[in-house]
Amino acid sequence: MSDSARSAAADPSGPVPTGPRPRRRVSRGNVMLYGTLIVIAVYYLLPLYVMVVTSLKGMPEIRVGNIFAPPVEVTFEPWVKAWGEACTGLNCDGLSRGFWNSVSILVPSVVLSIAVSSISGYALTAWRFRGSETFFTILIFGAFIPYQVMLYPLVILLRELGLYGSLWGLVLVHTIFGMPILTLLFRNYFATVPKELIKAARVDGAEFWTIFLKILAPMSLPIFVVAVILQVTGIWNDFLFGVVFTRPETYPMTVQLNNIVNSVQGVKEYNVNMAATILTGLVPLTVYFVSGKLFVRGIAAGAVKG
Amino acid sequence: MAAIEIRDLTLAYGDLKVLDRLNLDVREGEFVVLLGPSGCGKSTLLDCIAGLADVTEGQVHIGGRNVTWEEPSARGIGMVFQSYALYPQMTVRGNMAFGLRNAGMAKSEIAERIDRAAMTLQIEPLLDRKPAALSGGQRQRVAIGRALVRDVDVFLFDEPLSNLDAKLRAELRVEIKRLHERLGNTMIYVTHDQIEALTLADRIALLRGGIVQQYADPRTIYMKPANLFVAGFIGSPAMSMLEVVTAGGGTLRLGETVIDMEGYDGSVPAEAGRRLILGVRPEHVAIGPETGSDRSARVDLDEPMGSDSLLWLTLEGQTLSARADPDHGLTEGDQVSVRLDPARASLFDAETEIRL
Repeated sequence: MSDSARSAAADPSGPVPTGPRPRRRVSRGNVMLYGTLIVIAVYYLLPLYVMVVTSLKGMPEIRVGNIFAPPVEVTFEPWVKAWGEACTGLNCDGLSRGFWNSVSILVPSVVLSIAVSSISGYALTAWRFRGSETFFTILIFGAFIPYQVMLYPLVILLRELGLYGSLWGLVLVHTIFGMPILTLLFRNYFATVPKELIKAARVDGAEFWTIFLKILAPMSLPIFVVAVILQVTGIWNDFLFGVVFTRPETYPMTVQLNNIVNSVQGVKEYNVNMAATILTGLVPLTVYFVSGKLFVRGIAAGAVKG
Repeated sequence: MAAIEIRDLTLAYGDLKVLDRLNLDVREGEFVVLLGPSGCGKSTLLDCIAGLADVTEGQVHIGGRNVTWEEPSARGIGMVFQSYALYPQMTVRGNMAFGLRNAGMAKSEIAERIDRAAMTLQIEPLLDRKPAALSGGQRQRVAIGRALVRDVDVFLFDEPLSNLDAKLRAELRVEIKRLHERLGNTMIYVTHDQIEALTLADRIALLRGGIVQQYADPRTIYMKPANLFVAGFIGSPAMSMLEVVTAGGGTLRLGETVIDMEGYDGSVPAEAGRRLILGVRPEHVAIGPETGSDRSARVDLDEPMGSDSLLWLTLEGQTLSARADPDHGLTEGDQVSVRLDPARASLFDAETEIRL
């Protein structure tokens, strides 16, 4: 060991910082800042608190009227009822039917819309053709037209295709409406990939699909995560297309929730309604909590070039 | 090994012609450098040879075969890019194997070829690393290796050293030259760096506006530039351009000074009073009393460059630069006698800008 290395080892603390010690920050500004943040957080969390608390109470306790009071007697009865027994129309098997309907709409819609959009985005960046810019402009234009305008033509279209009322009809609708935004997302991400990489792959004998599947897609995991999150939450929360394009036995969870909560017959079971609402919101919430960090990273990756 | 012939190649985007009826022959095993300023079409020409750009008109032949409409992978070429273009999610080994796998080669053969190429380029310890864990020089070695394993006839280099620092650039330049000597492949190399062009090339094709300005060996390009553009582009410090008029009998007049062009390899117009441009490289301007010249110039500026010094002189109201010994002992405002070497100068027509 050399002399300089030994002396460095003898003094592990390294150079001593000079100047006054930084004070701990319990300043007026910080109190104001955190105070405001806490107040806002409480304000936004309060409805959730009310929902959770109410869903754990029995009906007699709710009738007392103290909506902020915690339950005296905790009961999971409303949750069980919301999931498996609540009635909508003739069916009395609760939200579970809607949940599984939603899942069987969600999975193919997410897979299909992302597959179609990522390939479109890839073709629009790496394989420009005559009129590809016009094509892209028209596609993006679709993102600015209100859905309601296209509702009736779509119904006719699906009827003619014989898909009206089926799950696959709804899957098709979700795929089409996902395309503008997702194609834009993928196109912009793929545009940051150096052109030379695709050239190199072509010299290496890779064709359209090989370049996409072996080179581009594995490089673009963050943007696929973003797309999955956008689509899962968007499609799960969809109400309009669900109510228009399905039949009562294939209603997605959101539509069924509405039918439970807005049922005008009998007693309003607030606890069951609250439980049903939380259950419906659980999927997008979970997606956010699990993938929040990845989501931010994916969005940022689109902005910053590596 | 393959010769390349480019016949009347035109590439246009709408009305904009990037390449205009371009012809170029590359001999088997030759090292040709495509040189030119940004936007001259040199990289586009390389893309056309590689099959990465669709030509508008004309033909590309490689090894006697018309490959104008062949896929890049079917042309027997390997390409190395400025940004290395390594596949980031694959290891070095995966990068090198990718093209071979696409060609459906047997695993054992792939492994053998990678080992051989890795040995040639001394990248064996890097084979299982990802490109992100490599330095710039190592990445470019791997990129060359990726072309090497494919056992191609023609290597195409698209500014391969431009992203590296000066020291590495010089090292890899030598390595590429050695590689060419050992493999003997035909190589086409695009650069805007004239040092790379002059050191590496058997022949240089200098491009401007999609047209070949001159296609010759480096010595000819340097000593006998075909026109003013070539003369100005090649050489650093640049050639001095002096406005002169012919004075008849093989002499020129620069202001009051008469220059005898005895020994010039081109032709000096016999008629008097024609406007020409005399190009002289700084190292062909001799200064000091030992030159025995009676022409004297004023020293404007001294630029010491280490091994020698660049003197900026005013001769008959025109600027002239001379490469001098750094211990010349001259200061600004001094008068010094100068002598131009007519045998190594170039004479250009002032209108057509073509060398006479």
